[in-house]
Amino acid sequence: MPLLDHDTVQLAHGAGGRLSADLIDKLILPRFHSAELDKLEDQAVLTLPPGRVAFSTDTFVVSPLFFPGGDIGDLAVNGTVNDVAMSGAQVHALSVGFVLEEGFPLADLHRILCSMEAAAAKAGVRIVTGDTKVVGRGSCDRIFVNTSGVGVVPADVNLSASSLAGGDVVLLSGTLADHGMAVMTAREGLSFRSSVRSDTAALNGMVHDLVTACPGLKTLRDPTRGGAATTLNEFAASSKVGIKLDGAQIPVKPDVAGACEILGIDPLYVANEGKLIAVVPAAEAEAGLAAMIAHPLGTDAVMLGRVVADHPGVVTLDPGFGAERIVDMPVGKQLPRIC
Amino acid sequence: MKYLDEFRDPALAKGLLQEIHKTVTRPWVIMEICGGQTHAIMRYGIDQLLPPEITLVHGPGCPVCVTPLETLDRALAVAARPEVIFTSFGDMLRVPGSHDDLFRVKSRGGDVRMVYSPLEAVKLARENPDREVVFLAVGFETTAPGNAMAVKQAAAEGLGNFSEIVSHVLVPPAMEAILASPANRVQGFLAAGHVCTIMGWEEYVPIADRYGVPIVPTGFEPVDILEGILKTIQLLEKGEPGVHNQYLRLVDAQGNPAARAVVDEVYEVCDRKWRGIGTIPNSGLRIRDTLAAFDAEKKFDVGGIVTEEPAVCISGEILRGLKKPHECPAFDKECTPLTPLGATMVSSEGACAAYHQYSRKGLL
Repeated sequence: MPLLDHDTVQLAHGAGGRLSADLIDKLILPRFHSAELDKLEDQAVLTLPPGRVAFSTDTFVVSPLFFPGGDIGDLAVNGTVNDVAMSGAQVHALSVGFVLEEGFPLADLHRILCSMEAAAAKAGVRIVTGDTKVVGRGSCDRIFVNTSGVGVVPADVNLSASSLAGGDVVLLSGTLADHGMAVMTAREGLSFRSSVRSDTAALNGMVHDLVTACPGLKTLRDPTRGGAATTLNEFAASSKVGIKLDGAQIPVKPDVAGACEILGIDPLYVANEGKLIAVVPAAEAEAGLAAMIAHPLGTDAVMLGRVVADHPGVVTLDPGFGAERIVDMPVGKQLPRIC
Repeated sequence: MKYLDEFRDPALAKGLLQEIHKTVTRPWVIMEICGGQTHAIMRYGIDQLLPPEITLVHGPGCPVCVTPLETLDRALAVAARPEVIFTSFGDMLRVPGSHDDLFRVKSRGGDVRMVYSPLEAVKLARENPDREVVFLAVGFETTAPGNAMAVKQAAAEGLGNFSEIVSHVLVPPAMEAILASPANRVQGFLAAGHVCTIMGWEEYVPIADRYGVPIVPTGFEPVDILEGILKTIQLLEKGEPGVHNQYLRLVDAQGNPAARAVVDEVYEVCDRKWRGIGTIPNSGLRIRDTLAAFDAEKKFDVGGIVTEEPAVCISGEILRGLKKPHECPAFDKECTPLTPLGATMVSSEGACAAYHQYSRKGLL
């Protein structure tokens, strides 16, 4: 880490004077340099390929800041890259805004900046503009990160959650619940050790492959908060169709399944940060699945279920021996059970 | 995963279902005691696959459901105090009292924390000597040993700033209350496997003898439940009451003597109010007088808070197996998990919540 006069964030780091310049020049710019950012103007002026612009923003307040498999930094980069990419867009540029609490260790900030740099490089996106604010001790929880992103949607791609029809196939790009269980088991108060790691990853590369392999691709979404169950319920409601899941096909890593069992939590409702759900016409299901599996982030991809005309707005699941039950929207937060 | 996949095996489950269909010759009403069993039944759709002769009714074994409103109101009063760090298992946090829940107390500045083990609450007491740490100790025999151990450990360390609100309940007196009721229609029980892990199956023998019913402790996976139903039906068809243990991998006759000894050391049997049912004699546990310093209801003087249950909800009848959730006129109308009228809709383990989550009639 570069040597600064302080080892924690001071109010003066946000006051616009010499300390602010120090923080930006020595800590932030070396991690995020891009042609646009290096100009240090109040804005980035972007030259984008022609087409429709996809634009999204997200704010990250996760606690703990560092968890197995990732931290608030790569989560903030990957989360917004994925939100933009789910339109089918090629993602080009991100903005980054920090709210720092007075007293936050600069070594932790440096660690977060490094992981953002690595995540952006891996995703192939540039960080082109940013902002840093400092608030007094107690006014925020250590560090909050906002990222916004822009991308360009190819002319022939028109994805919409309201375009699903009976017969379509639901694809899932890999195992469920890794991120949510990694954060939950790392949190204070749940004193058991586990090997569960967050799946945080940028999916724009896989989206590119899918859009190429499935010209008829209907919709994409990354099942973050609320998990796969919430995403599928949103699809069913938007398109006024039913969705039937094959319970035997839900991929969950054994250690994640163990943590879920102990805490009484259903992996279908747990957040993911590196998975996507795609709905494709039946004729393109095999090609879509093959494209997912060929991508390094999609080796555990499955056909999760299919869209049906029955029970519009309702998602159901066959648990494995012939019955059918509802997979509902979650009510509030998933909470560990008593016994 | 070992001990899970085998007990979720579709081929085994289908074989047991066929055997149940072959065995049953007339109508039987079986109660599963525990909310965990109810959830497994609904989650795997077992109720849809049984022969029409078998009616499963859902018992009182959901700790959140049977914790009386009064206990919740007392807990909320304690949690709102500025000197208190209030700790609870996760699923108690959103259970509404008369006017409030613990999440709302937290949003107004109350220090409410979720813990996974009561011993973590003891650790908080050790680390925060200037604060009062209170743990909400609810549940059946399953959670009693851990909750008792927390008091025992706090006493051994002289942690005067730790206390519990205790609202523990016991299964056998509730079963007897159900069987002794003139309106009873339950003919056999799937006993709660985890309770029996602590207490053993032996204590059910007198009940089986006195009321002439089969009692089968089971696990919580679909194959466990189906095997339990098959055994219960076999015993009913042959007219042979008695206790038959299905949950062989965890339950034996005596249970866990060390766990039972800790419970005895810290708690004593008392009359206990059950939400939706009323007071059942000798059906609960409270902190022994010698350890009264660890009884939060005494320490914070909230014993005067008395709450009556609202009369609109039929959860009492549901918890005694007299009615099923969808037979309630308010089910999925005024009463939903977001707007629960009663305890069985609040808890994730409650029978009404299970019906709402997995099988709302009319949606399929």
